[in-house]
Amino acid sequence: MTRPLFRRFLRAGLVLGAFTLGLGVTAGAQAQTELLNVSYDPTRELYREINAAFIAEWNARNPAKTISTIRQSHGGSGAQARTVIDGLAADVVTLALAGDIDAVAERSKKLPLDWQNRLPHNSSPYTSTIVFLVRKGNPKAIQDWGDLVKPGIRVITPNPKTSGGARWNYLAAWAYAEKAFGKDEAKVRDYIAKLLANVPVLDTGARGATTTFTQRGIGDVFLSWENEAFLALKEFGADKFEIVVPSLSILAEPPVALVDGNVDAKKSREQAQAYLDFLYTPKAQAIIARNFYRPRNPEAADPKDLANFPKVELITIDDVFGGWKKAQPTHFGDGGTFDQLYKPAR
Amino acid sequence: MAAATPLRWREPSILPGFGMALGITLTALSLIVLIPLAALFIKAASAGPADIWAVATSPRTLAALKLSFLGALFAALVNAVFGLILAWVLVRYEFPGRRLIDAAVDLPFALPTAVAGISLAAIYAPNGIVGSLFAPFDIQIAYTPLGVMVALIFIGLPFVVRTVQPVLEELQSDVEEAAALLGASRARTIFKVVLPPVLPALLTGFVLAFARAVGEYGSVIFIAGNVPMVSEIAPLLIVIRLEQFDYAGAAVVATMMLIIAFALILSVNLIQAHARRRFGDV
Amino acid sequence: MSDAALPLAAAAPARRSSARGESLGVRIALIAVSLLFLLLFLLLPLAAVFVEAGSKGWEAYRAAITEPDALAAIRLTLLVAAIAVPFNIVVGIAAAWAVAKFEFRGKNLLISLIDLPFSVSPVISGLVFVLLFGAQGYFGPWLQAHDIKIVFALPGLILATVFVTFPFVARELIPHMQSLGTADEEAALTLGASPWRVFFRVTLPNVKWSLFYGVLLCNARAMGEFGAVAVVSGKIRGLTNTMPLHIEILYNEYMGAAAFAVASLLAGLALITLALKTFLEWRFGDEIAASRRH
Repeated sequence: MTRPLFRRFLRAGLVLGAFTLGLGVTAGAQAQTELLNVSYDPTRELYREINAAFIAEWNARNPAKTISTIRQSHGGSGAQARTVIDGLAADVVTLALAGDIDAVAERSKKLPLDWQNRLPHNSSPYTSTIVFLVRKGNPKAIQDWGDLVKPGIRVITPNPKTSGGARWNYLAAWAYAEKAFGKDEAKVRDYIAKLLANVPVLDTGARGATTTFTQRGIGDVFLSWENEAFLALKEFGADKFEIVVPSLSILAEPPVALVDGNVDAKKSREQAQAYLDFLYTPKAQAIIARNFYRPRNPEAADPKDLANFPKVELITIDDVFGGWKKAQPTHFGDGGTFDQLYKPAR
Repeated sequence: MAAATPLRWREPSILPGFGMALGITLTALSLIVLIPLAALFIKAASAGPADIWAVATSPRTLAALKLSFLGALFAALVNAVFGLILAWVLVRYEFPGRRLIDAAVDLPFALPTAVAGISLAAIYAPNGIVGSLFAPFDIQIAYTPLGVMVALIFIGLPFVVRTVQPVLEELQSDVEEAAALLGASRARTIFKVVLPPVLPALLTGFVLAFARAVGEYGSVIFIAGNVPMVSEIAPLLIVIRLEQFDYAGAAVVATMMLIIAFALILSVNLIQAHARRRFGDV
Repeated sequence: MSDAALPLAAAAPARRSSARGESLGVRIALIAVSLLFLLLFLLLPLAAVFVEAGSKGWEAYRAAITEPDALAAIRLTLLVAAIAVPFNIVVGIAAAWAVAKFEFRGKNLLISLIDLPFSVSPVISGLVFVLLFGAQGYFGPWLQAHDIKIVFALPGLILATVFVTFPFVARELIPHMQSLGTADEEAALTLGASPWRVFFRVTLPNVKWSLFYGVLLCNARAMGEFGAVAVVSGKIRGLTNTMPLHIEILYNEYMGAAAFAVASLLAGLALITLALKTFLEWRFGDEIAASRRH
């Protein structure tokens, strides 16, 4: 009869179940302080290096209060802010734009609304900007923002609704148009509408968009974080893509903040604060430049790394758009300019 | 066989355990399914009628729902046709590798959707194996609504095959032979004799494939272009609303999908109940 | 599995090609269409997983699946499945017992409710638990006050997985148990067997293959679920990342080969599942056919 065989299956299943349970339980046991850094998509490589350097330094100085690991969580900036609002116990948030941390402060009430004044340089230990990544030899001869609206040019950018980087893209294009058309609002809107009509794929995050452009071969130009563009050159070879620097771009300030409510609950304030302070130290600034972010303190960085960064006229969100608190609802809120101008063009 | 036994569902049963079994079922169902879904309804209702109406009728929501439902409908149709052929081939013909093919049909049940999505995107991109065959004709599959269909066809296929297959297997051959001997052409025999009893199962498989495809997320986002109004599926719209901290808006779209999904499932079960009465057990 | 058609067809009068079979041409065409369809939609994606996984060589493959974050993801996935699947087995059996062996009002509604998670978008499955247990959710403040973590921790992952796989066992068992009727159990009871004995000695052996198949499907889905767990996971690497999420992360880090290496484990699991099922059908084909014919 087959009954014994079936029993054997059952027994094997039970043993396997107990075994995996045991594995899980042992994995759950840990003591020392553990920090959680909730960050956005393109900072994976940067924080891997930063975390190793910080842990080594901190543990050497504070043998009594060592940090075992710094956990990382990455995703679209807005999505990450939402998980923190919904209760993810982040010690620090390091997101793509101040608007997302504002949202965390407003909704979770776990950090003060004036969080941005607590650390130097608007709480941004590094900056970046938006550049164009094009295919080798620049076959479509794309030089500046004006070229992006030409018929037949296919522009890759993530969705500004879900991606922080894409919001910087959008604002940079808007700032260019305002300058080019002398603040003629109708012409600016027309430019943005045409630009959006040239976008064939709208990924949810910066990383997805990079993959679409580089690995799937879609599009002629990719509006990218500067650091993301350099990383793409490094990963996929400078023989395939090149970077085009437009006449004007935006100073992107990805901010960092301590989540007071969480660090107090986890009793990790001291370590978390030191972690954020560490980002401003010469050692961290050098790592930042090496990972293609623009350091706040260039003297600390390797001049070779600094030579990578092209000179470009950078506008700031505060000067042109009156800060994130104003720009976010105007452009990216429900019924904002993005919603108005994104028409089903095809 | 058992199909003909009229023994089921007799008088009030002497079997024990009804209370306990139903108790466990209802408790688990409430905790895992009903209460969470009720939370969704409450959240959606908290938006207020005006906002609900605005979200529900916004062109973008409608376009996303249209893509999700039409895409799923089209994929389910493709699956109904090819699934039926596949089931027929597996049941009726003997050829090398049949057993292997039979096993492979279950693959979409077992392969994680994200893996399927990444791998489909790689194959159907303009520079992928299949995509490059279509590229010269200026047909792009990945990152267009076509890409959405490909993913939905992938996940829906086993439903049609697996519901149709057992019915085909049990089809009595004498009716077909009788039809043939009476002079019916093969095509006529197929359409008049073979297909009618298969139809309820085919319909069930079709609706199951459809229902599964409507809500699919993991495999689709990697291959859809996610362009609003063009290749943005409804579940993605929920995620996007969520990421804008618009919980109520997300809940409204989710509730719309949920109601339609429940109507579909209920109709499948009614089809099955009806078919059981008419054709015996299927 | 009827292959009896061929000899019959050959024996039929010659005017039409056959009584039950199609002409050879049609037959080959249909087989070819089926194979092409399967190749395009099922086999190529599967092959792509293994080809990409092996593209950087064996050493890279081994490194990708033994790296600490990958191991943590594998452990977490196994753990979630080890809790979610047994839960659904118990509930599935209870549900099938109630629905198949008894007649009561609202049965169609109950079956439909059990089926519901199957057609609910995975995204919604995750969303509902965030709405309930998230910090902004209905029970959020209370949970926080008592320092209980559900979303972005193991309980949330398990809840979302149980939700998504809820119907699988019941769905396999119900039609089978319905077709078997209640005669066997009633006979055993009349002969004086205790209820539990009847259940373990009569009912369970009768439906073991359906149960087994349901468990296989339930387990495969539990391990492979992406959309629902993505919403409730928080994506903390090494802590709340399941295998499918880890695959997405690797993919997003331009480590395509590593992503597909981990994916190949899940694909391999899928293949083992299917192989096991095929083997059982082959080894116990008659018994299963006899017990599953419904």
